[in-house]
Amino acid sequence: MLDTEYLNIFTQVQVRGEAIEPGIPLPRPSLPRIGKGGFQYLLGKIGDAQVGPIYLGFTGTASLICGLIAFEIIGLNMWASVNWDPVQFVRQLFWLALEPPPPSAGLCVICPLNEGGWWQMAGFFLTTSLLLWWLRTYRRARALGMGTHVAWAFAAAIWLYLVLGFIRPLLMGSWGEAVPFGIFPHLDWTAAFSVRYGNLFYNPFHMLSIVFLYGSAVLFAMHGATVLAISRYGGEREIEQVVDRGTAFERGALFWRWTMGFNATAESIHRWAWWFAVLCPLVGGIGILLTGTAVDNWYLWGVKHHIAPAYPQVFPTVVDPSTLQGVTK
Amino acid sequence: MNLFYSKVAAVIAVVIFGLIVLLTFEYPPVDTVQRGYRGTGMDLVESRKTEAALVAANALPEVTPKAELSGQPSSAAYQNVQVLKDLDSNELIRLMTDMTNWVAPQQGCAYCHAEGEELSSDKLYTKVVARRMLQMVQHINADWKTHVSQTGVTCYTCHRGQPVPSNIWFSQASTLRPEGMLGNKAGQNMPAIGVTSLPYDPFTPLLEYAEDARVVSTTALPEGSRKSIKQAEQTYALMIHISQALGVNCTYCHNTRAFSDWAESSPARGTAWYGIRMVRDLNTTYLSALKGEFPPNRLGPLGDAPKVNCATCHQGAYKPLLGASMLKDYPELAGASTAQAAPAAK
Repeated sequence: MLDTEYLNIFTQVQVRGEAIEPGIPLPRPSLPRIGKGGFQYLLGKIGDAQVGPIYLGFTGTASLICGLIAFEIIGLNMWASVNWDPVQFVRQLFWLALEPPPPSAGLCVICPLNEGGWWQMAGFFLTTSLLLWWLRTYRRARALGMGTHVAWAFAAAIWLYLVLGFIRPLLMGSWGEAVPFGIFPHLDWTAAFSVRYGNLFYNPFHMLSIVFLYGSAVLFAMHGATVLAISRYGGEREIEQVVDRGTAFERGALFWRWTMGFNATAESIHRWAWWFAVLCPLVGGIGILLTGTAVDNWYLWGVKHHIAPAYPQVFPTVVDPSTLQGVTK
Repeated sequence: MNLFYSKVAAVIAVVIFGLIVLLTFEYPPVDTVQRGYRGTGMDLVESRKTEAALVAANALPEVTPKAELSGQPSSAAYQNVQVLKDLDSNELIRLMTDMTNWVAPQQGCAYCHAEGEELSSDKLYTKVVARRMLQMVQHINADWKTHVSQTGVTCYTCHRGQPVPSNIWFSQASTLRPEGMLGNKAGQNMPAIGVTSLPYDPFTPLLEYAEDARVVSTTALPEGSRKSIKQAEQTYALMIHISQALGVNCTYCHNTRAFSDWAESSPARGTAWYGIRMVRDLNTTYLSALKGEFPPNRLGPLGDAPKVNCATCHQGAYKPLLGASMLKDYPELAGASTAQAAPAAK
């Protein structure tokens, strides 16, 4: 008989202590933890049933305040852009944006408020918020005696954000090169960016970034599926290792050795996952940084370096009309 | 009981999923036609349902039979004839009748010829504009064969039974709040060009002031091109407009791996290139120049005259009227001239 509780992809066991765990006393000087904590049945379905208490401390509190300021600057500018019409604000929300300074303004230090000044301010507070939150992940990890892997993974994402909105515009000499704050506007910006620089798909660092992005998804699926599949033998509890015969871990390892000849270990699979996830924005940021600064047209660069194949011609020869004589330009 | 609730939840989920599928996707049958080399995605995609609607919308008006010639040129038979002077006077009447059907079927002759006045009277602004539009049609047919070929255009190509064509454009302010301290739209970020947030008025810079639409660098490495992403967005907006106006996708003209590369483009791109120049010519020489003739209610929010873009003629078809030529029945509109100066209204 199959123990059917493990056929379910959702957690069947409520992880719930005897009593609420309040956490050890905080060292001085520390801001207090917020809330006393409680049990939540539904959250117990997808994780630990205990919610809270949460520790924000100085960095967490300051990060939230800065994030809220950025959010307000962006939101109020969006609302103002539809003349404070609440209905249009909701209907057009996905289209609205806070734009960076116009290209003609170059690298203005204090741009006029309505010509990118608000964008600078929102960017400053959002960046401060992110960096403070980064510091918080670093210090909480240290406080728990953990490594700082989470903080450095987060730093990889912040790197890409900073390249797009700060470092590359700085190198290009124009804030106008930066990304607007907005849902569709930042997507349209991305498409226009690729068009302007001759197709980002020919950027090798963009290629690598996609490898790590899709690779992360594949690794996550493989890892998650393996652990769920051996959970019927207690595999998710990580008690025994492959050195013991017949254990959950040996079965998981053998599965991959038999299907592809090689298996990661319970420890190394997490290095795979960490590096793939971190390298995705890391190389992506390098690709963005090189665009417009080192390479101006990735397609032509690809042709030059023989990575863009030539297709057989199927249309009659098409000539750029602007190169013909006697044609109105 | 739990099972019952699960079943109810499952039914609701299936209904919602079904609605999403029904309302999101285009219904089959959809036809695809491969045009470019395999693997480049240069395909035409046509839904039979929308194609049928397009064919219906582009039905041609009836052609009035040729008139019996009077033997008298219109300039001799009528007063104040400034265009089509040499046309037989009966043929002029035939054309006037058809023009009424094409442009002002509800309003009739009186839309241009003021009631209670001589036919020669230029009292109404519509008559002055119509005269200039006749010259414009001749100019297009004579001098822009690079775009309209032998098919040519008539009044009906744009007007389709309406005094003001459905697809005209006016310059737009770059923000709704020019005096405000915040909320600058920077000329974009509202649903206007397709469903994008791209600049909503790419027409003024690109189709009137003839700014350079070419933004892609022509060299692999930076060699001084200063085209900004903002300019790229502007060109992108115009391209989305063209795509919508013609009912085609990007690959109708471009191999999307290298938008700017002419060697990989389809011949249609050349036709479009001349089309952009034609529209610029019409907007500056003919339409903007008519600003003084229009009453204020015909002008745009910034006080400019109504102008044309690709949708004005194309109206969702890859060729206006799906390539049917009305010009062959109205050879007088073919024109033989280069651009003529605007005649003075009397």
